[in-house]
Amino acid sequence: MRFSTLHRWLPQAGLAAVLLTAAVIFPVARAATPAGQLSVYSAQAGAPAVPARGQQFFTTRQGREWSCASCHGAVPTQDGKHASTGKAIGALAPAFNPQRFTDAAKTEKWFRRNCNDVAGRECSAAEKADVLSWLMSLQR
Amino acid sequence: MSLRFHRRRLAVLFGLMATLGAGQEALADGDSGRVALLPKYQQECAACHLAYPPGMLPAASWQRIMAGLPKHYGTDASHDPATVKELSAWLGAHAGTYRRIREEPPQDRITTSSWFERKHREVAAAVWKRPAVGSRANCAACHAGAAKGDFDESGVRFPR
Repeated sequence: MRFSTLHRWLPQAGLAAVLLTAAVIFPVARAATPAGQLSVYSAQAGAPAVPARGQQFFTTRQGREWSCASCHGAVPTQDGKHASTGKAIGALAPAFNPQRFTDAAKTEKWFRRNCNDVAGRECSAAEKADVLSWLMSLQR
Repeated sequence: MSLRFHRRRLAVLFGLMATLGAGQEALADGDSGRVALLPKYQQECAACHLAYPPGMLPAASWQRIMAGLPKHYGTDASHDPATVKELSAWLGAHAGTYRRIREEPPQDRITTSSWFERKHREVAAAVWKRPAVGSRANCAACHAGAAKGDFDESGVRFPR
Protein backbone atom coordinates (compact mmCIF):
# COMPACT_ATOMS: atom_id res chain seq x y z
CA MET A 1 0.00 0.00 0.00
CA ARG A 2 1.11 3.55 -0.46
CA PHE A 3 2.83 5.14 2.46
CA SER A 4 0.30 7.94 2.62
CA THR A 5 -2.53 5.53 3.45
CA LEU A 6 -0.54 3.56 6.02
CA HIS A 7 -1.77 5.66 8.91
CA ARG A 8 -5.34 4.57 8.20
CA TRP A 9 -4.46 0.88 8.58
CA LEU A 10 -2.39 1.20 11.70
CA PRO A 11 -5.21 1.21 14.30
CA GLN A 12 -6.70 -1.93 12.79
CA ALA A 13 -3.31 -3.60 12.64
CA GLY A 14 -2.75 -2.65 16.27
CA LEU A 15 -6.07 -4.12 17.30
CA ALA A 16 -5.34 -7.29 15.39
CA ALA A 17 -1.98 -7.57 17.13
CA VAL A 18 -3.58 -7.18 20.55
CA LEU A 19 -6.24 -9.77 19.79
CA LEU A 20 -3.71 -12.21 18.39
CA THR A 21 -1.51 -11.82 21.46
CA ALA A 22 -4.49 -12.31 23.72
CA ALA A 23 -5.49 -15.41 21.79
CA VAL A 24 -2.03 -16.84 22.35
CA ILE A 25 -1.63 -15.76 25.96
CA PHE A 26 -5.12 -16.52 27.19
CA PRO A 27 -5.05 -20.30 26.73
CA VAL A 28 -1.51 -20.42 28.10
CA ALA A 29 -2.58 -18.38 31.11
CA ARG A 30 -5.55 -20.68 31.61
CA ALA A 31 -3.27 -23.70 31.59
CA ALA A 32 -1.32 -22.28 34.52
CA THR A 33 -3.97 -23.23 37.08
CA PRO A 34 -5.55 -26.57 38.01
CA ALA A 35 -8.98 -25.20 37.04
CA GLY A 36 -7.64 -24.08 33.69
CA GLN A 37 -6.09 -27.46 32.98
CA LEU A 38 -9.28 -29.21 34.04
CA SER A 39 -11.36 -27.17 31.63
CA VAL A 40 -8.97 -28.07 28.81
CA TYR A 41 -9.21 -31.81 29.56
CA SER A 42 -12.99 -31.66 30.02
CA ALA A 43 -13.35 -29.87 26.71
CA GLN A 44 -11.20 -32.49 25.02
CA ALA A 45 -13.23 -35.25 26.65
CA GLY A 46 -16.46 -33.61 25.53
CA ALA A 47 -18.06 -34.31 28.89
CA PRO A 48 -17.84 -33.01 32.46
CA ALA A 49 -15.35 -34.66 34.81
CA VAL A 50 -16.53 -37.15 37.44
CA PRO A 51 -14.39 -36.95 40.62
CA ALA A 52 -15.58 -40.30 42.01
CA ARG A 53 -14.47 -42.01 38.82
CA GLY A 54 -11.15 -40.22 39.14
CA GLN A 55 -10.63 -41.57 42.64
CA GLN A 56 -11.49 -45.05 41.44
CA PHE A 57 -8.97 -44.82 38.61
CA PHE A 58 -6.29 -43.40 40.88
CA THR A 59 -6.48 -46.12 43.51
CA THR A 60 -6.99 -49.17 41.28
CA ARG A 61 -4.28 -51.09 39.50
CA GLN A 62 -4.79 -51.03 35.77
CA GLY A 63 -3.42 -54.43 34.88
CA ARG A 64 0.15 -53.74 35.99
CA GLU A 65 2.21 -53.67 39.13
CA TRP A 66 1.45 -50.10 40.27
CA SER A 67 -1.55 -47.87 40.65
CA CYS A 68 -1.20 -44.08 40.90
CA ALA A 69 -1.65 -44.51 44.64
CA SER A 70 1.37 -46.81 44.84
CA CYS A 71 3.63 -43.76 44.78
CA HIS A 72 1.28 -40.86 45.49
CA GLY A 73 -0.72 -42.47 48.29
CA ALA A 74 -4.42 -43.33 48.31
CA VAL A 75 -5.27 -39.80 49.46
CA PRO A 76 -2.43 -37.63 48.13
CA THR A 77 -2.77 -34.77 50.61
CA GLN A 78 0.67 -35.43 52.05
CA ASP A 79 4.05 -36.62 50.80
CA GLY A 80 3.96 -39.87 48.90
CA LYS A 81 6.85 -42.27 48.53
CA HIS A 82 8.26 -43.77 45.34
CA ALA A 83 7.35 -47.44 45.30
CA SER A 84 10.79 -48.45 44.09
CA THR A 85 13.35 -45.91 45.30
CA GLY A 86 11.65 -44.73 48.49
CA LYS A 87 12.14 -41.10 47.53
CA ALA A 88 9.64 -38.64 49.02
CA ILE A 89 7.17 -37.22 46.49
CA GLY A 90 5.36 -33.98 47.30
CA ALA A 91 1.59 -34.01 47.80
CA LEU A 92 -0.36 -34.15 44.56
CA ALA A 93 -3.60 -32.44 45.64
CA PRO A 94 -3.29 -28.76 44.61
CA ALA A 95 -4.81 -27.52 47.88
CA PHE A 96 -1.90 -29.12 49.72
CA ASN A 97 0.82 -28.26 47.22
CA PRO A 98 0.35 -25.01 45.28
CA GLN A 99 2.94 -25.95 42.63
CA ARG A 100 0.80 -28.80 41.30
CA PHE A 101 -0.95 -28.42 37.93
CA THR A 102 0.42 -24.95 37.24
CA ASP A 103 2.47 -25.96 34.20
CA ALA A 104 0.53 -27.70 31.45
CA ALA A 105 3.62 -29.13 29.77
CA LYS A 106 4.78 -30.64 33.05
CA THR A 107 1.33 -32.10 33.72
CA GLU A 108 1.27 -33.68 30.27
CA LYS A 109 4.79 -35.07 30.65
CA TRP A 110 3.95 -36.82 33.91
CA PHE A 111 0.60 -38.12 32.68
CA ARG A 112 2.39 -39.56 29.66
CA ARG A 113 5.03 -41.35 31.71
CA ASN A 114 2.96 -42.45 34.66
CA CYS A 115 -0.06 -43.63 32.65
CA ASN A 116 2.38 -45.73 30.66
CA ASP A 117 3.70 -47.24 33.88
CA VAL A 118 0.28 -47.79 35.44
CA ALA A 119 -1.87 -48.65 32.43
CA GLY A 120 0.61 -49.37 29.62
CA ARG A 121 -0.96 -46.63 27.49
CA GLU A 122 -1.79 -42.94 27.36
CA CYS A 123 -4.61 -41.85 29.62
CA SER A 124 -7.64 -40.48 27.82
CA ALA A 125 -8.66 -36.84 28.27
CA ALA A 126 -11.67 -38.06 30.25
CA GLU A 127 -9.46 -40.03 32.63
CA LYS A 128 -7.16 -37.04 33.13
CA ALA A 129 -10.16 -34.80 33.76
CA ASP A 130 -11.65 -37.27 36.25
CA VAL A 131 -8.40 -37.63 38.19
CA LEU A 132 -7.70 -33.89 38.23
CA SER A 133 -11.24 -33.05 39.33
CA TRP A 134 -10.94 -35.53 42.20
CA LEU A 135 -7.53 -34.14 43.24
CA MET A 136 -8.98 -30.63 43.21
CA SER A 137 -11.85 -31.78 45.45
CA LEU A 138 -9.40 -32.72 48.22
CA GLN A 139 -9.50 -29.76 50.56
CA ARG A 140 -8.25 -29.05 54.05
CA MET B 1 65.94 -11.52 23.47
CA SER B 2 63.54 -12.20 20.62
CA LEU B 3 59.81 -11.72 20.87
CA ARG B 4 59.31 -15.38 20.02
CA PHE B 5 61.24 -16.43 23.12
CA HIS B 6 59.07 -14.31 25.39
CA ARG B 7 55.88 -15.53 23.79
CA ARG B 8 56.90 -19.13 24.25
CA ARG B 9 57.75 -18.51 27.88
CA LEU B 10 54.40 -16.90 28.43
CA ALA B 11 52.66 -19.83 26.77
CA VAL B 12 54.47 -22.30 29.01
CA LEU B 13 53.70 -20.25 32.10
CA PHE B 14 50.07 -19.95 31.12
CA GLY B 15 49.83 -23.68 30.45
CA LEU B 16 51.38 -24.42 33.83
CA MET B 17 48.97 -22.12 35.64
CA ALA B 18 45.98 -23.57 33.82
CA THR B 19 47.02 -27.08 34.76
CA LEU B 20 47.57 -26.08 38.36
CA GLY B 21 44.22 -24.34 38.42
CA ALA B 22 42.41 -27.37 37.04
CA GLY B 23 44.30 -29.66 39.35
CA GLN B 24 43.39 -27.44 42.27
CA GLU B 25 39.70 -27.95 41.71
CA ALA B 26 40.02 -31.70 41.39
CA LEU B 27 42.05 -31.90 44.57
CA ALA B 28 39.77 -29.61 46.53
CA ASP B 29 36.70 -31.71 45.74
CA GLY B 30 38.22 -34.79 47.31
CA ASP B 31 36.56 -38.15 46.97
CA SER B 32 33.19 -37.22 45.60
CA GLY B 33 34.55 -35.39 42.55
CA ARG B 34 31.76 -33.01 43.35
CA VAL B 35 30.45 -30.96 40.48
CA ALA B 36 27.67 -28.40 40.63
CA LEU B 37 24.49 -30.07 39.40
CA LEU B 38 22.97 -28.69 36.24
CA PRO B 39 19.61 -27.23 37.33
CA LYS B 40 17.85 -29.03 34.52
CA TYR B 41 19.36 -32.32 35.68
CA GLN B 42 18.12 -31.65 39.20
CA GLN B 43 14.68 -30.73 37.87
CA GLU B 44 14.23 -33.60 35.43
CA CYS B 45 16.06 -36.43 37.13
CA ALA B 46 15.45 -35.97 40.84
CA ALA B 47 11.68 -36.41 41.07
CA CYS B 48 11.82 -40.15 41.69
CA HIS B 49 15.34 -40.59 43.03
CA LEU B 50 18.35 -38.63 44.11
CA ALA B 51 20.10 -36.63 41.40
CA TYR B 52 23.01 -39.05 41.32
CA PRO B 53 26.41 -37.38 40.92
CA PRO B 54 27.47 -37.83 37.29
CA GLY B 55 30.97 -38.73 38.45
CA MET B 56 29.75 -42.02 39.89
CA LEU B 57 29.25 -43.71 36.54
CA PRO B 58 31.46 -43.88 33.45
CA ALA B 59 30.33 -42.10 30.30
CA ALA B 60 29.38 -45.36 28.57
CA SER B 61 26.93 -46.19 31.35
CA TRP B 62 25.30 -42.76 31.20
CA GLN B 63 25.00 -43.09 27.45
CA ARG B 64 23.08 -46.34 27.75
CA ILE B 65 20.85 -44.96 30.49
CA MET B 66 19.97 -41.87 28.47
CA ALA B 67 19.27 -43.97 25.39
CA GLY B 68 16.84 -46.17 27.29
CA LEU B 69 14.73 -43.69 29.25
CA PRO B 70 11.32 -45.08 28.23
CA LYS B 71 12.35 -48.27 30.03
CA HIS B 72 14.31 -46.84 32.90
CA TYR B 73 14.77 -49.58 35.51
CA GLY B 74 11.12 -50.54 35.24
CA THR B 75 9.50 -47.17 34.61
CA ASP B 76 8.90 -44.69 31.82
CA ALA B 77 11.24 -41.74 32.28
CA SER B 78 11.03 -40.49 28.72
CA HIS B 79 11.84 -36.90 27.71
CA ASP B 80 11.70 -34.75 24.64
CA PRO B 81 14.77 -35.25 22.42
CA ALA B 82 16.20 -31.79 23.07
CA THR B 83 16.24 -32.37 26.83
CA VAL B 84 17.76 -35.83 26.41
CA LYS B 85 20.52 -34.36 24.24
CA GLU B 86 21.31 -31.58 26.70
CA LEU B 87 21.38 -33.85 29.73
CA SER B 88 23.38 -36.54 27.90
CA ALA B 89 26.04 -34.01 26.97
CA TRP B 90 26.34 -32.71 30.52
CA LEU B 91 26.45 -36.20 32.02
CA GLY B 92 29.06 -37.33 29.52
CA ALA B 93 31.20 -34.29 30.29
CA HIS B 94 31.19 -34.98 34.02
CA ALA B 95 31.17 -38.75 34.02
CA GLY B 96 33.59 -41.01 35.77
CA THR B 97 35.30 -38.44 37.98
CA TYR B 98 34.58 -40.27 41.21
CA ARG B 99 37.75 -42.08 42.14
CA ARG B 100 38.56 -42.15 38.46
CA ILE B 101 36.26 -45.10 37.85
CA ARG B 102 36.28 -46.92 34.54
CA GLU B 103 34.25 -49.98 35.42
CA GLU B 104 30.87 -50.24 33.72
CA PRO B 105 28.78 -51.81 36.47
CA PRO B 106 26.12 -54.50 35.90
CA GLN B 107 22.90 -52.94 34.58
CA ASP B 108 24.73 -49.60 34.73
CA ARG B 109 23.68 -49.31 38.35
CA ILE B 110 25.79 -47.30 40.76
CA THR B 111 24.70 -49.72 43.47
CA THR B 112 26.24 -52.74 41.73
CA SER B 113 29.60 -51.07 41.23
CA SER B 114 32.43 -52.83 43.02
CA TRP B 115 33.44 -49.58 44.76
CA PHE B 116 29.88 -49.17 46.08
CA GLU B 117 29.81 -52.70 47.41
CA ARG B 118 33.18 -52.24 49.06
CA LYS B 119 32.06 -49.00 50.69
CA HIS B 120 28.84 -50.54 52.00
CA ARG B 121 30.07 -53.99 52.94
CA GLU B 122 29.59 -53.28 56.66
CA VAL B 123 25.92 -52.35 56.25
CA ALA B 124 23.76 -55.26 57.46
CA ALA B 125 21.23 -56.68 55.02
CA ALA B 126 18.45 -55.84 57.47
CA VAL B 127 19.23 -52.13 57.24
CA TRP B 128 18.42 -52.06 53.52
CA LYS B 129 15.05 -53.58 54.27
CA ARG B 130 13.98 -51.00 56.84
CA PRO B 131 10.94 -49.04 55.58
CA ALA B 132 12.78 -45.73 56.03
CA VAL B 133 15.51 -46.96 53.71
CA GLY B 134 13.79 -49.23 51.21
CA SER B 135 16.59 -49.77 48.73
CA ARG B 136 20.28 -49.25 48.05
CA ALA B 137 19.29 -46.56 45.58
CA ASN B 138 17.87 -44.39 48.34
CA CYS B 139 21.12 -42.67 49.29
CA ALA B 140 19.45 -39.83 51.18
CA ALA B 141 17.99 -42.26 53.74
CA CYS B 142 21.39 -42.50 55.44
CA HIS B 143 23.41 -39.78 53.72
CA ALA B 144 21.68 -36.58 54.75
CA GLY B 145 23.89 -34.47 52.51
CA ALA B 146 23.44 -36.69 49.45
CA ALA B 147 21.45 -34.11 47.50
CA LYS B 148 24.46 -31.79 47.76
CA GLY B 149 26.90 -34.52 46.80
CA ASP B 150 28.13 -34.99 50.37
CA PHE B 151 28.61 -38.68 51.12
CA ASP B 152 31.18 -38.21 53.82
CA GLU B 153 31.22 -41.16 56.21
CA SER B 154 31.12 -38.91 59.27
CA GLY B 155 27.62 -37.79 58.26
CA VAL B 156 26.07 -41.26 57.98
CA ARG B 157 23.05 -42.04 60.18
CA PHE B 158 21.01 -45.22 59.85
CA PRO B 159 17.30 -44.46 60.31
CA ARG B 160 15.28 -46.78 62.52
